Amino acid sequence: MIKGAFTRQWKKMIMIALTVALGTSLATAMLNVMMDVSDKVNQELKTYGANITVVPKSASVMDSLYEIENGADDGAYLKESELGNIKTIFWAFNIVDFAPFIDTKATVSADSGEKEITLVGTWFDHHLELPTGETLNTGVRSLRTWWDISEGDWLSEQTYTGTEKPCMVGEGIAKTLSVKSGDIITVSTTHGSERLYVAGIFSSGDTADDEIYASLDTVQALSDKDGLLSSIEVSALTTPDNELAIKAAKDPGSLTIAQYETWYCTAYVSSICYQIQEVITDSVASPVRQVADSEGAILEKTHLLMVLITILSLVGSALGITNLVTASVMERSSEIGLLKAIGAKNGAVSALVLTEVMITGIVGAVIGYFAGFGFAQIIGQTVFGSSIEMKLFVIPIVAVLVIAVVLAGSLPAIRMLLRLRPAEVLHGR
Amino acid sequence: MSLLQLKNISKIYGELKALDDISLEVENGEWLAIMGPSGSGKSTLMNIIGCMDKPSLGEVILDGRDIAKESDKGLTEIRRDKIGLIFQQFHLVNYLTAVENVMVAQYYHSMPDEKEALEALERVGLKDRAKHLPSQLSGGEQQRVCIARALINHPEIVLADEPTGNLDEANENIVIDIFKQLHKEGTTLIVVTHDPEVGEVAQRMIVLDHGRIKENTINKNFGNT
Repeated sequence: MIKGAFTRQWKKMIMIALTVALGTSLATAMLNVMMDVSDKVNQELKTYGANITVVPKSASVMDSLYEIENGADDGAYLKESELGNIKTIFWAFNIVDFAPFIDTKATVSADSGEKEITLVGTWFDHHLELPTGETLNTGVRSLRTWWDISEGDWLSEQTYTGTEKPCMVGEGIAKTLSVKSGDIITVSTTHGSERLYVAGIFSSGDTADDEIYASLDTVQALSDKDGLLSSIEVSALTTPDNELAIKAAKDPGSLTIAQYETWYCTAYVSSICYQIQEVITDSVASPVRQVADSEGAILEKTHLLMVLITILSLVGSALGITNLVTASVMERSSEIGLLKAIGAKNGAVSALVLTEVMITGIVGAVIGYFAGFGFAQIIGQTVFGSSIEMKLFVIPIVAVLVIAVVLAGSLPAIRMLLRLRPAEVLHGR
Repeated sequence: MSLLQLKNISKIYGELKALDDISLEVENGEWLAIMGPSGSGKSTLMNIIGCMDKPSLGEVILDGRDIAKESDKGLTEIRRDKIGLIFQQFHLVNYLTAVENVMVAQYYHSMPDEKEALEALERVGLKDRAKHLPSQLSGGEQQRVCIARALINHPEIVLADEPTGNLDEANENIVIDIFKQLHKEGTTLIVVTHDPEVGEVAQRMIVLDHGRIKENTINKNFGNT
């Protein structure tokens, strides 16, 4: 009978299948994008720099007491040898980039004069051999994507072959001392002096415009801080904070064992900070709240939007199914009345109609799933310029939603069917 | 004991008495015709006998069970097990073939058996049209499919509502001949009709008027026509 209904009523079934397909495609597209959008938005927000800073514990205490951001004081430094440990934490794959920093006061001399400046040592595009055996290229080139190189180019540690050590000069200093890319400048500290080749002039729009950036080992030598760091900036993919994350950020010791495990195994910024502190001796890792909060807020709003679109598309689909199935039941009232008259119980007739609609719904859902995945790719390419990864766990979610929508959409028709009395439809009474 | 007993039944819709204190007994194997003009209560009576409705007052005892006290589920079971229904409008499922229409009744009764369904169609002379859709059958052929469907589960009562109402004379005669054959085989037949030719071939005829039995006559010529 069901086979007959499908083979000879295929036009009606196609309409129901298309309605389900439409709802499913939108739900699939939105769910796939929603599941992937965290990574996409996170990647987009990484262009705004690091979201975690790591400083020595004593420097952090000073910061907290005096609300200043000095990085390390004279007595407390991080160890360069522990840098690679950052990529060994539980959420190692979420660590996108990081760069160490050490700074010192110096005097820069150029042809046009001298100036007291801050000399910052860091990695630009450092090739790192990790303790895990993996390799990584990281540094400020990835973390300071907003720097505008007005002259020359980014300093490349890996390809630079000159005799003088290279540096990048902030636009403010470059203007004051009339320094151009390709010039040689001399920087002097209490521990020595060094001739530096100006690889590029950058504009950052912040205090870095009045600083000179050189390679880490150069500044460590000039400040007599071999193997030491004043801070580390880390860019990590994080999950928006919730109540658990906020509670844990205040005091991880206040969590129950189950809460602790959940928190530790979720990529909250506080969890990643905690794990970084575990692998960097005497350090305090803290989120750059402006970036982390922006990420969370944007993600939450994006998720909310996607959820709303998903719900609306499914509600629309359910309403469409309601209309189609109710119309079908009304049209077939004589047939349904006959089935009841010849002995079909309400359950059997309901099961017949539901089976027809469910099979049609499944066909529509399969079509809708693949169409929805196609829509997701269009959204991914249009909005983020990259493809959306197929999330397998979207399939059971969509399956459950389709079943719920088909059942909900069929309910009014089933109620009508249950009230239908054979005598009324067969004899008009 | 009679197969069917109606004891002082009434069916009241608001202020209208569609059936008014009707009492009737139908014996096993009897062929009864229920006649009367439009609005006399024929269809209401058929709905009650066919367990598709309950009387407002009175008792309907079918094979020892009072259908007035049965639940909807119980009435469905009685219809399924004891009654074969034949309709004026045939009420065939339009997307199922003739044999599938017969098998639908088997499906809700026990198990579909195509061989048995084909035998039922052969009995009404339609075996060669078994794979045709209702739209490919004439009115008479559709009615014969409807009869085959009514007979497939070997009901105790075959209840026909204006079975020849939509048929030409030739097909009417075919249907009457089938009824005669069924009666010979011992099937209890209750035929609701306003057609005197159909009523007069029955063993007994009652005439309804304004919800009451106006006449209850035994056909003295039964078997001679």
